[in-house]
Formats: sequence, structure tokens, C-alpha cells
Amino acid sequence: MASLQEVASQIRRDIVRMVHGVASGHPGGSLGCTEYFTALFFKVMKHDPSFNMNGTNEDLFFLSNGHISPVYYSTLARAGYFDIKELATFRKLNSRLQGHPATHEHLPGIRIASGSLGQGMSVAIGAALSKKLNGETDTTVFSLHGDGELDEGQNWEAAMFAAHHKVDNLISTVDWNGQQIDGPTAKVMNLGALDKKFEAFGWHVLVLENGNDVDAVVAKLEEAKSLTGKGKPIVILMKTEMGKGIDFMEGSHEWHGIAPNDEQLAKALSQQAETLGDY
Amino acid sequence: MLKDIQVTGKKDTRSGFGDGMTELGRNNPNVVALTADLAGSLKLQTFIKENPDRFIQCGIAEANMIGIAAGLTIGGKIPFTTTFANFSTGRVYDQIRQSVAYSGKNVKICASHAGLTLGEDGATHQILEDIGMMKMLPGMTVIVPCDYAQTKAATLAIAEYEGPVYLRFGRPVWPIFTEGMPFEIGKAQVFSEGSDISIFACGHMVWNAIEAGRILEEKGISVEVINIHTIKPLDEEAIIRSLKKTGCAVTVEEHNVLGGMGDCVAQVAARHNPVPIEYIGTNDTFGESGTPMQLLEKYGLSTENIVAAAEKVMARK
Repeated sequence: MASLQEVASQIRRDIVRMVHGVASGHPGGSLGCTEYFTALFFKVMKHDPSFNMNGTNEDLFFLSNGHISPVYYSTLARAGYFDIKELATFRKLNSRLQGHPATHEHLPGIRIASGSLGQGMSVAIGAALSKKLNGETDTTVFSLHGDGELDEGQNWEAAMFAAHHKVDNLISTVDWNGQQIDGPTAKVMNLGALDKKFEAFGWHVLVLENGNDVDAVVAKLEEAKSLTGKGKPIVILMKTEMGKGIDFMEGSHEWHGIAPNDEQLAKALSQQAETLGDY
Repeated sequence: MLKDIQVTGKKDTRSGFGDGMTELGRNNPNVVALTADLAGSLKLQTFIKENPDRFIQCGIAEANMIGIAAGLTIGGKIPFTTTFANFSTGRVYDQIRQSVAYSGKNVKICASHAGLTLGEDGATHQILEDIGMMKMLPGMTVIVPCDYAQTKAATLAIAEYEGPVYLRFGRPVWPIFTEGMPFEIGKAQVFSEGSDISIFACGHMVWNAIEAGRILEEKGISVEVINIHTIKPLDEEAIIRSLKKTGCAVTVEEHNVLGGMGDCVAQVAARHNPVPIEYIGTNDTFGESGTPMQLLEKYGLSTENIVAAAEKVMARK
């Protein structure tokens, strides 16, 4: 059995290869969230890769910032939801791996379309309420959001709702990388005291200082799980580095939505070991 | 004959929705009602009283409500979102597009206070573009019932119907004339067989069409009044069958003629059986404050307007 670090390394190779293969896509946020996806799907979540939409008695995951689809697709394939060979079809005509995640082509693992930002927290809350209505008490709904995405007002409608309705089987995570398309969030639209904002909305707030340390991510997610069922929704503010693991992509919004060329791909792959076999 | 149609009472169509929800609350444990601070206007009181656990108050936050509804379907719930038609559609178009329609979720978007007959609140609330917006979404079913009884029947029917639905109804107290009549999604309702002219109508305007048809019948004209309560999927067969008989049509709706039900009928005609058509609806304009009847008259949706359009289109044959 591969270690979480080995899984993460392979996912990073998949990400840059997928994006290179179609000369489009979003490597920056995908690389930054690799440890989160690895921790969630290979350690923390109780989930069934044979996949049914309702996900009864399973933990569920919703990706709100759908543009980091490369890390999502690679994770799902590596976790057994579909054949890793299908990763080669990413963003190509007649593929189930659409540019942004969709249910329309029935890709196993995807339960909602995302891409137009700011909608995923509402959907995750709905799924969490569905679990409560169905009497499930030992399952959790996870969601991931970009920090730039929090500019969208719907997130704050959802945040207010989740506290009011005591949606305490929900663990939302914010990828707090401080970058968005036009530049640093501090310049484009300052998020201010994000922790205090969520606290003021009535959430239990956890801060993860190193979201690119997979063991730290697992520990924080487990801590969050221990806080479920106590009357409050939980948010993890997860500091990550955009482009993590590929030195020339790290820490910059420049690699938010562009693909490496052949030379850059070779350099990138030399920095992440092939641990599980390339697709 | 249209004169034989019996009016059995008068009620608002939104009460048909509310009474339908009461029945669903008792019979379908998966039905969940959501509202954005308009539970009273949407007549949900009994549902809430009897099923407090299956009622979700979202506050004045429609975008969030649509997303929550989409999420509730995962796990098998059948969410009914409720607010005014304006806030059910235009305000949340992208949420419906991505989280509901594109995602193929079994959400029922139930919209009251549609059209001019909302009355005194004025143009900010009188949406006249919602049918167009909703019918353009792939996979969306669009239903506009004509009276209290049909709105109740449609509310029950959509709970049994898999997929996203837009259900449009309204505020004014209106004649009830479909009590006991069958309702089938996607199947147009023929009120009278006729050979001189087809009048296609939806929503409150079906009653105006019947009244106009009665006037025309008295003039010796053979009128076919057809209720297009389901705008999508459209009963093309019924439209083609009627146009072949009558050779002309008037469409009547409480909606902008650009993008409404009339456009759907005209497209069927253009493809299969081109005939002269006149449109009754609002003409690319916003509404304003006034009583429902004053507004219908001012904006050209009265019975007299329908009669005049019918005579005009018959002359064009």
C-alpha cells in the first residue's frame, strides 16, 4: 500500500500531465490542494468507489471551486472510481472529464456540477440536511472552496444558514492560498480576518497552517470530525501554496489557469516521483 | 361548446399549490418544502404545521435556497422551493442553470405572483420573462397551470415526475373551471373542438381565452381553445392537429411575447404547418402598479383584445 506522500506525488504528476496534454486547465490550485484530496479520499472519508448518487451511509465530498478539476479527477481515478486511462481524455471532445466537474456525462464520483463559483457550500449544506432527514448520524459532508471564491455573496448566505440551522455534519474547507486570477486576494478583494468572519457567522473555525503537509491535513480533518454533532458547522481555513511541488509554479497566481509546455512538463515531472504508475 | 364549461368557484392559484403541498406532506415522506421568507404568500401554513421537520426556512437568500434544494436531492429528497416568480428565476438563473438543470437534479421550483396580475406591487415584482428563461434551460420542464384545481393537480403531478420542474402560478382570485378534469404533464388540454380558429393559452389567460371564445361562438365562429399548461415538453402533436383543422391561431399569455409560450407554438407552426398567428401578451415592456384587471386591459391582454386578435388573424387566412 502506497503512503499518502506517494499518492500525492502521483497525483501531482497526473495534474501536470493532464493539463499539458490538452494545453489548458488549472494546475496552480490543483497542486496546492493535492494533500487535502489525498488525505480526504485515502484516509479520512468513508466512501465507496462503486458510486451511487445518493451516497447513503457514506461521507460525501463537494468541490465548489470546480476549476481545480485536475486534482479531483486524478484523485477519483486513483481511488478507483474510474480507470486512470480516462485521465488522458481530460477537457477533450466526448470526454466525461469536462473542463469543470459535471454530472451530465455521469462520471463516477461527481454529484454536482461546479465551475460557476460560490454555489458549492449551499449544495453541501443541502446534502448534509438530506442526511439528517434520512436519520444518518455517523456520516459527514465535506466541501472545498477557494479563498477568492468567497468574494461571491452566496457563500455568506450559506454560512448564515448553516449556523442558524445547526448543520453540524458539515466540514467546509477554504483553500487559503491568498491568490486569485487577477493577483493576490489582498489586492483584488481583501478577505480580511477570515477566521473572525466565520466565527461571527457562528461557525467552529479551525486554522491549518500547513495544508501541504499531508499528515497535518489528516490530523486537522480528524480534529474537525471530532467536532461534528455539536450544533455548529465547521470550517477549516487551510493555508496552502498555489502550485506546490513544482518549483517554478509555486506561490504565484501566474499558474492559476495555464498549462506547461513540453520543456516545463519535463522539468515538473523530474520533481515528482512516479509512484503508482503514470496513466 | 365553450358555453358549457362550468365555473365551480373562485380561488387563487397559489392556494391550489398550498393545498397540493398539504396533500403531498401527508402522502409523500420525501417531499421537503423550502422558502425564502414567503411561506405565508405561498400558502404553506398547513404543510409547515403538519411537517415541521420537512420545512426549511432559508431567509431572504434565494441563491442559497436553490443550492440547498439541489443538495437535498442527493439522498432522495424531493425539494420544492417557494418564492415569487421573479426571485425564483431571474435572481437565481445561474444557480438553477448549474446546480439544478445542468446537474439534472430533481428540484421543483415553485413560483407564485407571476405576471401582471400580481397587481399593485408593480414592475419590480411582475416578472414577464420567466417562461422564456426557464424553457431555454436544457432538461427543464415548464408548467403554467390555469386555475386553482389545475395548480393543485400539477403540484401533485410534479412530485411523481423525475427531473427539474418550473411551476408558475399567481396571486389573483380567479375562476375555477377544471375541477375533476384530468391533468397530464406534457399533454395539452382541449376545451372545445373547433374548425375556424385555434386559441392557445396558458395560466390565468386560459380563462380569458374561454371568455373570448364564447363571444366568438355567439358570432357563429367555431373556436378551439387549447390550454398549453406544459410549455416544455410541448405537446406538438396537439398543436399541429389543431392548426391543420383551423388554419390560424392566437396565442395568449401573461408574459412577454418575446420568448414566451406563443413563440413555442409559432415554432411548431413554422416547422410543420405554417399559418397566420397573432400574439397576445406584453410587448417587450415592463409592467406597472394597478389592479390586475386594469393592467390586463392596459397591456392588451383582455378578453376584448383576444376577440379582436382572433378576427384579425381569421381575416389573414
